[in-house]
Amino acid sequence: MNRALGLGFLAFLVSIPFWIGDQYLLHILINAGIFVIGAMSLNLLLGYTGQLSLGHVAFFGIGAYTSALLSLGFDVTTFWGGELVVGPQPVWLSFLAGIVLAGLAGWFIGRISFKVRGAYFVIITISFAEVTKLVALNWVDLTEGPMALISIPPFSVSIPGIWEATFYGKTPNYYIMLAIGVVSYIVIKRLVNSRLGRAMVALRENEPLAMSVGIDVTRYLVLAAVVSAAIAGAAGGLYTHYVRIVDPDVFLFIYTVTMVIMVITGGKGTLAGPIVGGIIFGVLPEILREFMGPEAQWVTYGAVMIAIVMFLPEGIVPALTRFWERRKESRDASDRMITGRAASSATETPSE
Amino acid sequence: MSDSTSANALSVDHVAVHFGGLVAIADMTFSVDRGEVVSLIGPNGAGKTTAFNVVTGFLQPTKGTVTYQGRQVNGLKPHQIADLGLVRTFQKTSVFDTNTVFDNILIGLHRRGQRSAWEVLLSLPRVRREEEELRAKAWDILEFVGLDRQANSLGGALAYGEQRLLEVAVALAAEPSLLLLDEPVSGMNPSETSSFMDLLAKMRERHITMLLVEHDMRMVMGVSDRIVVLNDGHIIAEGSPESIQNNPEVIKAYLGEGAEHVGN
Ligand SMILES: Nc1ncnc2c1ncn2[C@@H]1O[C@H](COP(=O)(O)OP(=O)(O)OP(=O)(O)O)[C@@H](O)[C@H]1O
Ligand SMILES: [Mg+2]
Repeated sequence: MNRALGLGFLAFLVSIPFWIGDQYLLHILINAGIFVIGAMSLNLLLGYTGQLSLGHVAFFGIGAYTSALLSLGFDVTTFWGGELVVGPQPVWLSFLAGIVLAGLAGWFIGRISFKVRGAYFVIITISFAEVTKLVALNWVDLTEGPMALISIPPFSVSIPGIWEATFYGKTPNYYIMLAIGVVSYIVIKRLVNSRLGRAMVALRENEPLAMSVGIDVTRYLVLAAVVSAAIAGAAGGLYTHYVRIVDPDVFLFIYTVTMVIMVITGGKGTLAGPIVGGIIFGVLPEILREFMGPEAQWVTYGAVMIAIVMFLPEGIVPALTRFWERRKESRDASDRMITGRAASSATETPSE
Repeated sequence: MSDSTSANALSVDHVAVHFGGLVAIADMTFSVDRGEVVSLIGPNGAGKTTAFNVVTGFLQPTKGTVTYQGRQVNGLKPHQIADLGLVRTFQKTSVFDTNTVFDNILIGLHRRGQRSAWEVLLSLPRVRREEEELRAKAWDILEFVGLDRQANSLGGALAYGEQRLLEVAVALAAEPSLLLLDEPVSGMNPSETSSFMDLLAKMRERHITMLLVEHDMRMVMGVSDRIVVLNDGHIIAEGSPESIQNNPEVIKAYLGEGAEHVGN
């Protein structure tokens, strides 16, 4: 049932470019999709291990900058005085490097902060995001600072010397976004449905009990941080090569907050939650823009968010799942009553 | 008691635990042999739970050493100690509330899985095979403790007595060679207690070594090979259930808080 729903939804997503017509709408969907991927990665940490990364955008930004810089090439004076010159690299390689570097950053943050969890993790991740932003702003030599990195090459595929395709258009970028989204979803799904994901949930639910049955808490928190950061890095790389310009604003705190909102309203700790929340809050602002002035947009946005959190505190997906199950249960129960009555009247057993 | 020490599974050697100025355990030495059921008893605040915390790595002793099967355990982290087969339950009921009973057991089975993150991400056939094995084992354990019919209930939704049973089942899933139970029947009604004693008897048949902390004297006297009595951070007596029942020191220690239980 779930699987059919998922595949149906995927088929729908695949079909969109064929009938949507308006390229601007496709652009909105690509942007929303990038946020959904970010939200899915955040959910692995927040929803499954219970750790709130309020600097999640740092991993996104690291992926974006790494991939941009490598694909453009750069030269920079190193700390020890020498000059480091790197020529332009293929986009796919730059993109992978962005994922790896973001994952490494996740590993680093995980190692240093999981000794002091909870509030400390929140503070450390926020600080980390601020630091990365300051680096992007001030290391002008490398990042061009507020001037932004421009003319970043888009995704492309090639058979060297024979054939090459470069993806400037919305439609191919939409499908690239979709492919990365699907891969991220599968990675997260496999992880959380495995023994490793159970260990993550166990330490969220009851850490002493988890330790007492042999679960190495630090190890699974770090694993979640690495995978989460790597996927956020992929979203960043995707953004870079789609928008083709990146400046220190990719590190804005509001982007992290947006992802947190998506995860919490959709339902943290569920696979579909960040997708549902991400689509609502990724697309909603654009729809509102059609009808309202900027102030009214924000008020409506906030009102929708508050309404969801108030009425569905666990998020939309868990609420829907519960509703569905309860309906099924009551239907089963009434079926049982009917068949039960039929059976007893047919046999007419005397009372025991 | 046998004088051979070679069979010692667990040795607690001159352990002391201080919390600031408070001496929770002054000097504690005892051992548990393989296959034995040993009870650690004593009045409230005697230091029994503290002893469990030291043995399982949740606390570091101020002095002394703990060894298990010849290896020093103090200094290791709780999960490393669990990996040696030393698994404990908690005095205060502790299950994974929002997970189903079945998932509680699967989490408990963590140690029996081997597959790495890469294998999981690639969804290799051996990952699926392992998962099936773990699930089969989980059913075995649920049937063993008699919770199979509650498999799909949430841990937090079980009746109190069943939750206590689930705790033991989760610990059993971790494949203990020495199981430490901290007041497993506290709060259970008499019929739950006696079915729990049946379960203990079944665990014994499986040669699971046990260290038991319990206030229910009927149970302690019924299941223990040997009893260690702790009072105020000191071991005041040790021996067979009969000898403990008639030990004047023990009776004195319990006076005013249930002396009538000892010896009946
Ligand atoms: N973390 C701690 N910090 C300070 N004091 C503690 C701590 N843990 C235990 N104590 C103290 O150590 C002493 C022994 O406590 P412990 O919990 O080991 O007793 P117990 O024998 O398990 O008692 P009970 O039968 O009530 O469970 C008590 O005086 C208790 O207040
Ligand atoms: Mg205690």
